[in-house]
Amino acid sequence: MQLSVKSLSKSFGAHRVLQDISIDLPKVQGLVLIGPSGGGKSTLLRILAGLEYPDAGCGGVVFNGKQIDFEHEDALVAHRRRVGTVFQAYNLFPHFTALQNVTLPLVQVHGHSPADADVIAMESLQRFQLEAHARKKPAELSGGQRQRVAIARAIAIKPSLLFFDEPTSALDPEMTGEVLEVIEELKDEGRDFVLVTHEMGFARRVAGEVALLADGRIVESAPAAQVFENPQNEVTKHFLAKILKY
Amino acid sequence: MDSSAPDVPLWRKLLFRPREGSIETLPGWVQAINWIAAFGLLALFFTFTFWRLDVGQWNWNVLWNYRTLFLTGFGVTILISIASLLASTLIGLVFALAGRSSFLPLRYITKIYVEAVRGTPLLSQILIFFYVVAPAMNVENRYLVGVMTLSFFSGAYISEIIRSGIEGIAKSQIESARAIGLTTAQTYRFVIFPQAFKQVLPPLAGQFVSLIKDSSLLSVISVNEFTKNAQQVNSITYSTLECYLFLAVGYLFLTLPISLLTRWLESRNKFDT
Repeated sequence: MQLSVKSLSKSFGAHRVLQDISIDLPKVQGLVLIGPSGGGKSTLLRILAGLEYPDAGCGGVVFNGKQIDFEHEDALVAHRRRVGTVFQAYNLFPHFTALQNVTLPLVQVHGHSPADADVIAMESLQRFQLEAHARKKPAELSGGQRQRVAIARAIAIKPSLLFFDEPTSALDPEMTGEVLEVIEELKDEGRDFVLVTHEMGFARRVAGEVALLADGRIVESAPAAQVFENPQNEVTKHFLAKILKY
Repeated sequence: MDSSAPDVPLWRKLLFRPREGSIETLPGWVQAINWIAAFGLLALFFTFTFWRLDVGQWNWNVLWNYRTLFLTGFGVTILISIASLLASTLIGLVFALAGRSSFLPLRYITKIYVEAVRGTPLLSQILIFFYVVAPAMNVENRYLVGVMTLSFFSGAYISEIIRSGIEGIAKSQIESARAIGLTTAQTYRFVIFPQAFKQVLPPLAGQFVSLIKDSSLLSVISVNEFTKNAQQVNSITYSTLECYLFLAVGYLFLTLPISLLTRWLESRNKFDT
């Protein structure tokens, strides 16, 4: 994908969450956002996914040559329909079965017939070995299974790009592995994605580009190998030293 | 290794439910005995009070003699209740959504409506509606006025019940709905309402029960419903207790099914979040 962000800022009330963010990536497959909590990673991802909008007059985002129109809700809805987003936890609708969770956007948003949607959804669930759980409600699934259903839902619509907002932060190590495996598989398939994560080892494996955000600014942005092996910035060095210590 | 059963004394087993989290279950016969005991105690108390009162000659045949009055009153109460129940739910839904509108006048009108209706007695609302609002709007049918007053009265409570149900939905649910590209209307239809429904059922049932009983106040504008007709029989026969006891049983007959129905709906719509 091509992604460029120009001097983007975002405030919540008096609190400046993102300050003058600029990214220019002519061609990248996976962008991974890392950094301390409260640094603005999730907010940036949510803006890119069209779930939040930047401060008025502050900044523009261009994906694959297309500018996101933050001024109009319809344009944002259209943008969200083209991408897939997976959140930290509780993505799924508890009153629907796993299968219904996947078919809902296919039928209601993407205009598939219910029968078609069932076929597409089952294929998507089968990919992640979830076909046995298709008729279960989220409460009957493990955290890892739920997150995989959420990913199945995101890819069933054939998105142009995937967003993962700390997809494993609410999971235990075993389930984390389960979910990361799926994400890596998607990466190997050549899918474009933006990922926010605290799993540094994983970030390094899948990232094309790594950007470290702290205090609402991009401290360092470079190919993964460089950030992890030869960080240039003091904040990055400090952050990595702290997080990799244990 | 059955160590739980032996040292519980019989009277405890008979009168108390097993401790939370224990494997013992509450046997049906224990439940039956305690239901009977509860009814028995209450019956004893009221037998005592009536005995002290010394009513003298009960005159139950007035119920039969004036059966047409009672029955038509009962029918009118049922019709008024059903009509107001439907209308107030609709009004409640509209105001619950209006209260969340981004158009400010609508939002503020909703707030004023809810506070004004909840903060004033239904009796004065009925009289104001009947003597001021209805004539101004050329509504002459007192039954229609009654249904409208009741509906607007109950609608204020229902809008608050629905609003709290909507606001009780987790933010992450609405976020997920937006992320998959649902429009606002679709988000309400597929995500918010189905989940809010479960939340609002118990308070909604309570409100419906109140609504049915509140319809008795329409007697002040001479709507010939159950209470009004019972009062009329009483004024002819002076059989006050007979009339009002029958009235109580009649209302219970209408409200109990609602409680049972909502219990059943609640158990059917169970899902964990």
